[in-house]
Amino acid sequence: MNFELSSEQKEIKDLAFKFAKNEMLPHAAHYDEKGELPFDILKKAWELGLVNTCIPVEFGGTGFSTLDSILITESLSYGCLGMNTAIMANDLALLPIVIGGNDEQKKRFLTPFTESYKMAAFCLTEPGNGSDAAGIKTTIKDEGDHYLVNGQKMWITNAGFADLFTVYGTYDSGLKHKGISAIVIEKDTPGIEIGKPEKKMGHSCSDTRSVTFKNVKVPKENLLGKLGDGWKIAMKTLDHSRPMVAASAVGGAQCSFDYAAKYSTERNQFGKPLSGHQGIQFMLAEMAMNIEAARLLVYKSAWLLDQGQKNTQLASSAKAFSADIFMKVATDAVQIYGGYGYSREYPVEKLMRDAKLIQIYEGTSQIQRLVIAKEVISTL
Amino acid sequence: MNIFVCVKQVPDTETKVTPNGDGTFIETNSIKWIMNPYDEFAVEQALLLKAAVAGSTVTVVRVGSVQDTEALRTALAMGADEAVLVESEDNLDSYMIAKSLKGGIEKSGKTPDIIFTGKQAIDDDCLQVPQLLAQMLEMPSVSVVVGFEHADGKVTLKREIEGGATEVYEVSAPVLVACNKGLNTPRYASLPGIMKAKRKPLQQLSLGDVGVSADDRRIKYSNFQLPPEKPPGKKFDAMDEGNQASVVAEVVGLLRNEAKVI
Ligand SMILES: Cc1cc2nc3c(=O)[nH]c(=O)nc-3n(C[C@H](O)[C@H](O)[C@H](O)COP(=O)(O)OP(=O)(O)OC[C@H]3O[C@@H](n4cnc5c(N)ncnc54)[C@H](O)[C@@H]3O)c2cc1C
Ligand SMILES: Cc1cc2nc3c(=O)[nH]c(=O)nc-3n(C[C@H](O)[C@H](O)[C@H](O)COP(=O)(O)OP(=O)(O)OC[C@H]3O[C@@H](n4cnc5c(N)ncnc54)[C@H](O)[C@@H]3O)c2cc1C
Repeated sequence: MNFELSSEQKEIKDLAFKFAKNEMLPHAAHYDEKGELPFDILKKAWELGLVNTCIPVEFGGTGFSTLDSILITESLSYGCLGMNTAIMANDLALLPIVIGGNDEQKKRFLTPFTESYKMAAFCLTEPGNGSDAAGIKTTIKDEGDHYLVNGQKMWITNAGFADLFTVYGTYDSGLKHKGISAIVIEKDTPGIEIGKPEKKMGHSCSDTRSVTFKNVKVPKENLLGKLGDGWKIAMKTLDHSRPMVAASAVGGAQCSFDYAAKYSTERNQFGKPLSGHQGIQFMLAEMAMNIEAARLLVYKSAWLLDQGQKNTQLASSAKAFSADIFMKVATDAVQIYGGYGYSREYPVEKLMRDAKLIQIYEGTSQIQRLVIAKEVISTL
Repeated sequence: MNIFVCVKQVPDTETKVTPNGDGTFIETNSIKWIMNPYDEFAVEQALLLKAAVAGSTVTVVRVGSVQDTEALRTALAMGADEAVLVESEDNLDSYMIAKSLKGGIEKSGKTPDIIFTGKQAIDDDCLQVPQLLAQMLEMPSVSVVVGFEHADGKVTLKREIEGGATEVYEVSAPVLVACNKGLNTPRYASLPGIMKAKRKPLQQLSLGDVGVSADDRRIKYSNFQLPPEKPPGKKFDAMDEGNQASVVAEVVGLLRNEAKVI
């Protein structure tokens, strides 16, 4: 067993971390306050190869392993969770094409993302169906020479600026998950209505909107796989994307910890630094312990996938555990800052708001536990 | 054009430095190494020059231990073409480093037209390797360079001097240029750059290969120590309006007579 990253992986992580610290972190509060996407920063990240890490070499990408790409996610999230959400949503939308698309579709849809910075949106959630994704009501109807898409999607990251939408719908809702299909829709297709930006608790610089499809005619060659393949594609996407989201929690938790630990040595109460009080020491110890445990779980869940092994249980474990400890670590970081932690003048307040979303999107912490339980019980 | 860059690997600026057991150097076991920040300006300038002069190559040379070759890999990932590593302990003195660099450059098989270095290394802050190296190679050197132009074989260099003034030099190649902050904005190594760097040639030499031996040592380190702890600052309590005037007078007195800053 070897816990050492390869020298190349260390370099990848270092580069992403350097970028996060120098280019993202100093501007995170500003864009959080404004609620605007920092396109110049995102573009710069793209230029360095930090965006769309899931695109294979054959189609102009870097050909990273899952472990490589989550090292990047972990580092970028140290800089800003909201910016990372904008970056990660691209992978979420492109992965179904990598997983379920044919070579022609990969060339058509993925390669443009390696030629200039573009955004993509993953459209699964609906107003009436979030956790119960198999019950989605958006329809994809075969109309002979094209598909007709109708329905509303909710909470779609990058929606306002996306060049392409990876949309899940059903061709027969009676079939439940067996009817789910995935189709790629390009932004200029008539019938797409983009909603107003949602006003959110955190990840404020990322763009989240509803997207409505009204009689949208989509070319036949945009369907990923066959009708009914969508669920399989979505599940495989999650095996890859859940470790990524989990890694973002580790990065955010590490950032919260670093701020709180430093502050605890600088602030004196009762004649000594906060870090001299056992109550604070226990908090710091708890944080450090949980972050390292989460990191190992996340790395293993990614490594398993790279070994070609099934990682569903560990991907959900990593996602739930990291999100939950991030929430706890960020809350404790605010606690250690005391009154200052509650103020926007200090960085941990944003981190606590940002942490909450990780327990919700990409499957809530409850849903991850359902997945884990199902996997565990099925082996009994 | 044969462009060379000398890069040093130094402890990350956030490292807590401690002396090693026998005081002959610092503890290097758990140090995270980075490229000396001033050398990043040197690498960037070399890459800009390479882009401007068709057919140029950039060779990076480093003297130091092999356990981690961060600085060379970073330079290659930024876009340098090849690397030379002269393997040694990390505690050589400036003379030995300069002589080893000279040997490394010569062993590369290329005759340098221009050599870029940082103006100083942020670990030992000796500020003499560039000048020693230029002297050994019998070429002119200009240090603390903040402006670089190259046209028709002539190099025009701006150099910062005391008082904020600037000196302008016109030099013909070969020349050694020791770079300062402000010269350019170093690029990041891109991810594709990192992947490509793995396939670039790295020549590894020993001190013996470049003709350097223990006899070349001019400075022997023997007693590394941490600086004494700073005495705690003085505190004044002027919360009480009654004593504010006297506290202010006391502070002004101390600033004038003890600290001598006003
Ligand atoms: C900022 C933001 C960005 C997002 N980006 C995207 C995106 O790009 N694309 C996309 O498709 N979606 C996106 N989402 C949607 C997100 O994935 C959903 O919000 C999430 O899956 C939860 O669905 P819901 O909001 O409908 O909550 P619900 O499903 O209504 O759940 C409400 C609560 O009930 C719990 N719950 C539900 N079912 C069970 C059960 N069986 N047992 C126990 N508890 C249960 C949940 O855990 C949760 O706590 C985003 C959401 C947000 C907030
Ligand atoms: C929105 C807001 C409104 C407020 N309104 C008022 C007001 O109207 N009037 C007023 O007087 N104050 C007010 N406060 C101040 C508030 O009461 C203080 O912020 C609070 O008492 C904590 O003090 P502190 O912020 O200096 O944190 P610190 O005292 O620096 O504490 C920082 C952290 O260290 C912990 N800690 C400190 N000492 C120990 C120890 N010995 N052992 C273990 N842990 C320790 C604390 O529990 C905390 O987690 C307000 C604060 C806020 C944020």
